[in-house]
Amino acid sequence: MSIFEYNGSALVAMVGKNCFAIASDRRLGVQLQTIATDFQRIFKIHDKLFLGLSGLGSDAQTLHQRLVFRHKLYQLREERDMKPETFASLVSAMLYEKRFGPYFVQPVIAGLGEDDKPFICTMDSIGAKELAKDFVVAGTASESLYGACESMFKPDMDHEELFETISQALVSSIDRDCLSGWGGHVYIVTPTEVTERILKGRMD
Amino acid sequence: MECVFGMVGKGFALVVADSSAVNSILVHKSNEDKIMVLDSHKLMGASGEAGDRAQFTEYVQKNVALYQYRNNIPLTTKAAANFMRGELATALRKNPYMVNIVLAGYDKETGPSLYFIDYIATLHKVDKAAFGYGSYFALSMMDRHYHPDMTVDEAIKLADQCIEEIRSRLVVAPQNFIIKIVDQDGAREHSWRRTTKD
Repeated sequence: MSIFEYNGSALVAMVGKNCFAIASDRRLGVQLQTIATDFQRIFKIHDKLFLGLSGLGSDAQTLHQRLVFRHKLYQLREERDMKPETFASLVSAMLYEKRFGPYFVQPVIAGLGEDDKPFICTMDSIGAKELAKDFVVAGTASESLYGACESMFKPDMDHEELFETISQALVSSIDRDCLSGWGGHVYIVTPTEVTERILKGRMD
Repeated sequence: MECVFGMVGKGFALVVADSSAVNSILVHKSNEDKIMVLDSHKLMGASGEAGDRAQFTEYVQKNVALYQYRNNIPLTTKAAANFMRGELATALRKNPYMVNIVLAGYDKETGPSLYFIDYIATLHKVDKAAFGYGSYFALSMMDRHYHPDMTVDEAIKLADQCIEEIRSRLVVAPQNFIIKIVDQDGAREHSWRRTTKD
């Protein structure tokens, strides 16, 4: 089994009209055994920037701690929050630093940039950025997620429709993946508020 | 076939570990204490490579004590768990400690807590945790019978059921088990479950 599939994960982010959504599954496993059903994969960096980390849980936790540290330093120096594009470049640089001994994670970055324009991107474990205008996926269920998102996505959805779409895409994909599941965690971010919802899916 | 498991009850946390020290087919001793008392209100049940287990648990215990001497205040369970995770993560890509840990602690402000830390330094706060081949039986048993806010008697009864299951269903089941408990009065040994005397 690949090291990326050791803990199991599913992550998806989608762009809507002046909003974005980022969602993950909740399973923490050790290969075939499930350890916990409330594992957090999406982290808030600041009110308009969220980071999802799929792949090896340990490296996701290490990278999250390092990134929070870097962002706090940035906030102290620049006296403002980091833009999503800048943060994505930071993550990419940090991952490439470990080019020959990488972190086994695949990050998904979603944020509201200048003028609250939604920004999403993903990258591989050594920091190759993939910017997308519609959706990005990561994790063991990524192939299913690509299919589900491609068929369900429409541009310029409002936040309620976006929530429905991303939830359906996530749940249907993780139902087909044995290593991810046990519900979903969805964040819908608009310029004015952040809504966090827990989904109940097939609890297996 | 080492086994460590633990659970959180009402105002306490329990850790159970087997007590066999094995080398290939030989059982060196069957009264090895694998649950280290880190400080007055923390228990650290560890399983894995014997040398790494002894070294790492002692290292953590001494550093937890050092923090208390330096700062005049004990570490919280969460802080101790994160310290352990940090050490395991740093060592992971150099000289990994092959040790899986169940950390149980009692804090005055937050009550009892249990942390799952595996050898790859994955940290998660849980209500019930188990490591080793025995975990397949212990976790299933706890999934069925565990409920939040159990009393000490109920938790000991559940631990006994898990031990019974491990004894009867695991091909090379450990002979003896040690049970330790931590609550507001501190961390202490609760009892042994013996099949052989050492």
